[in-house]
Amino acid sequence: MTQELIYSVTGIALFAIGLFGLIVAGHIVRKLVAINMMGIGVFMLFLATALHGPDTVDPIPHALVLTGIVVAVAGTCLCLWLAISISKLDNEKRKNPQQ
Amino acid sequence: MTLQFIAPYLLPAIVTVPLLAAICNFLMASHHPRLALNALFGLAQVLLAGLLLIALSLPDTVVEMRYILAGWSAPLGIELIADGLAAILLMTTAVLYLVLSVYSALYFTDKNKGARFWPLWWLLATGLNGVFLAGDAFNIYVTLEIIGLASVALIALSGDRAALVAALRYALVGLLGSLCYLLGVALLYRAYGTLDLAQLASLAEANPLTWAALSLISVGLLLKTALLPLHFWLPPAHASAPVPVSAVLSGLVVKASFYLMVRFWLDILPVATTTLALQLLGVLGTAAIFWGCISAYRAHRLKVMVAYSTVAQVGYLFLLFPLSATSIDAWKVSGGALAAIVYFVVAHALAKSAMFIAAGNIMFSYRHDDIDGLRGIVREQPLDVFTFAIAGASLIGLPPSAGFIAKWLLLGGAISSGQWWWAAAILFGGLLAAAYIFRFLNVVFDQSQAAELSAQRHARPVPLTMALCGLALAVMAILMGFNAGWMLELLSVSAAVSA
Repeated sequence: MTQELIYSVTGIALFAIGLFGLIVAGHIVRKLVAINMMGIGVFMLFLATALHGPDTVDPIPHALVLTGIVVAVAGTCLCLWLAISISKLDNEKRKNPQQ
Repeated sequence: MTLQFIAPYLLPAIVTVPLLAAICNFLMASHHPRLALNALFGLAQVLLAGLLLIALSLPDTVVEMRYILAGWSAPLGIELIADGLAAILLMTTAVLYLVLSVYSALYFTDKNKGARFWPLWWLLATGLNGVFLAGDAFNIYVTLEIIGLASVALIALSGDRAALVAALRYALVGLLGSLCYLLGVALLYRAYGTLDLAQLASLAEANPLTWAALSLISVGLLLKTALLPLHFWLPPAHASAPVPVSAVLSGLVVKASFYLMVRFWLDILPVATTTLALQLLGVLGTAAIFWGCISAYRAHRLKVMVAYSTVAQVGYLFLLFPLSATSIDAWKVSGGALAAIVYFVVAHALAKSAMFIAAGNIMFSYRHDDIDGLRGIVREQPLDVFTFAIAGASLIGLPPSAGFIAKWLLLGGAISSGQWWWAAAILFGGLLAAAYIFRFLNVVFDQSQAAELSAQRHARPVPLTMALCGLALAVMAILMGFNAGWMLELLSVSAAVSA
């Protein structure tokens, strides 16, 4: 059981747990947490792959993970903004039901 | 000679020009409506795509359509590559963008919405062009996310609750799809130590890791392509987006992920595909054709009907996989299944955009799109109904439209490969498409109470240019049917370049 294998298996497990959460969770914030967990699972697998080579640590997976994190942040922000906009509309409707 | 000199720089230019357009539009937030600027960028994109097509079809020169960004070659660097398939899709994107940019300049009368629309609109084009030219598996992930995030923001632009909910759902599906794809790429990188598509193609072997990677990549891409049963997000998203956005989502965005399916299954990892899996994709495609057509027939709103029609048309695209299964080497040959599908993609992109514009104009005029409330509008909106009808003819596959040629080639492929059951699905699907299109035409041509209904409705006149934009696209879909040769030739040229 090498370090690399532990990281890889944990990464795939995180992806699976996140996927389960995404399907089961009802609240949008929970869904977003689940999606981010899936992302972290993939990133861990990439980082474990960096150790996969024979001698030196491979730098490419680190660059990929960095890009992936940026994309994940952008996606999460957009989803949160959409969720906030929807709840604002719902609150307004609750205050003035006649509109 | 000149063309050979500039040809390598075409590829980065095709990605950079729409990005430049996005930045220009972002900086010019106070200007309105920006018709000239965006038409100019649209023309530039058409010009670049045209030059690429010419460069690829030069008979005597083997132009290496490959650009290594910043001089870092694979596996470390990122490459852009183009073949005939990519060039045709780039041209389709460019033409649609030109027409729809003109349309959008008239459609977005609200200054605030316009200011938010244009940068996202061109960012979406950047992502699309990037996908078609990508030569690197991770670069595909980034461009897919650019497309996804820009599409979500564009859908949300409508601002009403239905659009926001549809956008949120689309965002979640998009992120899920991208992560599945990325996990597949991680497995590929682990197995082969490269992200370059050409290197992957030469290194790939049929083993459980490659199968797992291809399955994950496919699930991710099928979610984004909305193949049944992963189509649930498409109708609300495409139906509630602003009109030009709906047109691009149905016409181009689902095709981008389909294009990647074609690349991965037939070009990069054909060793990992099995006949059973290829047949399964065909079965899902057939189910999508039937379910999409039936749902379209039962839809109450016009835009929902057009969106379900996209679910059905996406189904046809997946018939490519079983039809190419019998002769994997022959798939690139002109007249083969791939040629049929490329024809289908282009025909559908043109016809569906035209149809969304016609539906959007009708909605603009009556402020709703309940099909039952549109009884007898043909006298008030003759041009839009005409556009709808000829775009519909191409979707059904009536001669001489491009849709007819596409289905004819597909039928040929089904018969010649001895898989007649797909031919039955294609023919029956055409009948079902005719059912929903004629259901709508039946309603709008019904003149029984025309005078009194028209008095109640207070139609707002549609600007002529907006109607003509739709008509132009629909006419192009018909004209493509008259001249099938050049595109088929180009595809066969591409085989030599990409091989």
